[in-house]
Amino acid sequence: MAGQTDPHISLFSPQEVEFMAEDELVQIVPNMNMEPLNFISGDFGRFVPQIPIEVPLWLAVALKRRGKCTFRPPGWLSVDNLTQILEAERESQSTFQALPFSYVEIARLLFDHARDDIPDMYMVRSLVEDIRDVRLHKLETNLGSFQGTSAVKISNVSAMEVNLVRPFVRRALEAFYKHDKPEADADRDTRSSRQPREANNEPRRPLRQR
Amino acid sequence: MASNSDLGSADFETLASTSDVELLKRAWRNEKAAPEILPYEAALIERAKGQIELVEENIEDYVENGIDPLVVSLYQMDLDRTQFLLRSYLRVRLLKIEKFMFHNLKSEEAESRLSEQEKVFAKSCADDLAKHFEESVLLKLPENYQSVLKQSLISEVDDMVPQPHLDTFVVCRSKNFVSLNLYEEGESPETVEMERGDLYFIRYKIVKGAIESGKIDLI
Repeated sequence: MAGQTDPHISLFSPQEVEFMAEDELVQIVPNMNMEPLNFISGDFGRFVPQIPIEVPLWLAVALKRRGKCTFRPPGWLSVDNLTQILEAERESQSTFQALPFSYVEIARLLFDHARDDIPDMYMVRSLVEDIRDVRLHKLETNLGSFQGTSAVKISNVSAMEVNLVRPFVRRALEAFYKHDKPEADADRDTRSSRQPREANNEPRRPLRQR
Repeated sequence: MASNSDLGSADFETLASTSDVELLKRAWRNEKAAPEILPYEAALIERAKGQIELVEENIEDYVENGIDPLVVSLYQMDLDRTQFLLRSYLRVRLLKIEKFMFHNLKSEEAESRLSEQEKVFAKSCADDLAKHFEESVLLKLPENYQSVLKQSLISEVDDMVPQPHLDTFVVCRSKNFVSLNLYEEGESPETVEMERGDLYFIRYKIVKGAIESGKIDLI
């Protein structure tokens, strides 16, 4: 069950990214009575019909599947708001709009499990897909103009986006850093730590190229 | 335990308002994202184990007492999620121990990051591997080349010991405002200032201290 991802390929698997998103709180409206649930992850409830309540996404999905509640979609997941975001994303080539860190995963889980609770579901879904595509394209383009070799700020980039570009960016920045190091440091490096690094049994880069 | 005791009072407040599951998730994410093994979260893991056992017992009671199966299944899901975090955390550590076993046993500082069971595991792994190398290859080589740790006797350092690559880059998010030195001492000082919630691709060495003191999370 607790499968591990190869730390060299991608740090977190898509399932693990989704796992983290499932802890985000969402609003639901229960249609049954239930005593408070005292979970390890926190206390939720009590549940009273027609009284909205905030619960983690995984719990909301579990209740929804059994027909015990309806979702209140988060405010950002509306046609109006998404249309605005999409326009703003298209307008600026360098900045990203503020969206929840796990917006892709949250939207996806809601589309899969709560389609009848989202007004204009098809419109909303296609907007989210457009936003995702525009952002990914922008992110790829922006990778070409990375500045700085020790710290690069990435504002408003989401969990899935970080995970996608991580392997590439990590290797690129490692290479920048290596070539940018001051001479003295490079000398010291050759003497003291180059050999151990050669002996490191991590996969060699040329072998990993496809 | 060590990592909890040296937290300041401001950190303690954020800690007090955070559930153990949140802390476990943070430990799991950091462990997965960091290139080297981080200090073992002994106190946290003990608490998490205790809570898991308690909930396991509760669930058995619920089943016996005929509580609504829906409620039981929800408790079971919550339990599964916590168990996943705990298992995955421990397994990531085992992976790293296997990868850097000689390195982890080389210095006291590195060894202090392991739990008692992990130390036993690392030692037996390292002993077995050394024995295997010696029997299959090393003892058949000329005398100067028989060390498991060195290429040859003239090597000054243990150059056959794989080490974590600390100059690698990680993604981090700061919890509060922090100011970090970009370079090591002796170089032109330059700092990076992170606001709360900022995301950065950053060299691991720069944030290493801030991760261990809980100011910054890896993602």
